[in-house]
Amino acid sequence: METEQLIRTLAADNPRRARPVGLILTLALLAAAPLSVAIFMMALGVRPDVMTAMHNPFFDLKFLITLALAVSAIVVSLHLSRPEASLKGWGWLLLIPVGIIAAGIGSEMMMPQRLPMMTRLIGSNSRICMTAIPLLSLPLLAGALIGLRHGAPARPALAGAIAGLISAGLAATLYAAHCTDDSPLFVATWYPIATAMVTAVGALIGARVLRF
Amino acid sequence: MREGEDEWTGLMRQAISGDSAAYHRLLRAVTPVLRAGARRGLARAGQPIDQSEDVVQDILLAVHLKRHTWDVNAPFAPWLFAIARNKLIDALRRRGRRVFVNIDDFAESIPDEPAAETASANEIATLLQTLPPRQREVLQSIAVESTSIRDTAAKFAMSEGAVRVALHRALTSLTAKLREQ
Repeated sequence: METEQLIRTLAADNPRRARPVGLILTLALLAAAPLSVAIFMMALGVRPDVMTAMHNPFFDLKFLITLALAVSAIVVSLHLSRPEASLKGWGWLLLIPVGIIAAGIGSEMMMPQRLPMMTRLIGSNSRICMTAIPLLSLPLLAGALIGLRHGAPARPALAGAIAGLISAGLAATLYAAHCTDDSPLFVATWYPIATAMVTAVGALIGARVLRF
Repeated sequence: MREGEDEWTGLMRQAISGDSAAYHRLLRAVTPVLRAGARRGLARAGQPIDQSEDVVQDILLAVHLKRHTWDVNAPFAPWLFAIARNKLIDALRRRGRRVFVNIDDFAESIPDEPAAETASANEIATLLQTLPPRQREVLQSIAVESTSIRDTAAKFAMSEGAVRVALHRALTSLTAKLREQ
């Protein structure tokens, strides 16, 4: 086919308008969320003492951290879905959840504690944490990747890694409602390990499926 | 910045708001620049430059299907050249070459007309044969025979909407097939 002919064809297809990446990503995540929630309710469930736990600021802080991760990763992923975009000037957004954890650790240090530091760090749920977050994140990761396929990322593996952060952040939000370990030291140790696993899977899959 | 890049941005804005003639003009305006960049990139990778038309068509398809990722408030050229680089790298990888794509292959290129004997690219023509018959017929009617959407609809006893859908599907699956290669 001659290029001139292709151009004529593309112009004929111009009235066809694609939806913005943000909308598709939102819809894909909303479609995936019920699946993760169902797995969560069946396998884990909300912790029994949730009503009292809500009065503990360190319980609430967990949600702030995980949602900060999910939201900043969504913002960065939408930026990166433009082909000319890079992480420059945007990567710091991903440090927001890290900053919140650090602040949490700092304020916990200043309070009198019943348990020694290492006990709080190791907690009693580390193994569940590291299995549950990756498992709960799988449907969400699929959703994030499907949504981001609508974009045109210059670096598909990087975009896939960010998709991993989105899904790990959302999955950790669910998991946090189950976990009885509320110390920021626990969150700073085990959540990132689980998140790193999901991020690596996201990067591997993204490198293949996010090419445009 | 090359002269005319502001004009590209204006044309693309018109195109996005539904002006297909502006879109046609824009694609015709950028093609010689893309062609020159593709030739430069292929030459640098030690590839025969007669494949440049395949790369150009690959870029044009990607521009078309990803144009919703262009921010209407941003200049058009950086977005276009980012797509073009990406597609050139893809093309070189598919040919098993180590990839050296200079950032300026596209941005600094001087518009190039197609050499008479290389004006027609083969990649898309070959892939065309793998499309479902209805999509292929619609695409050929519009591309090769230059029939309008309305006349194509009449010719195949389809609605105009169905022609548009078939055309868009044909372009989407061509792009997917190019990517899989």
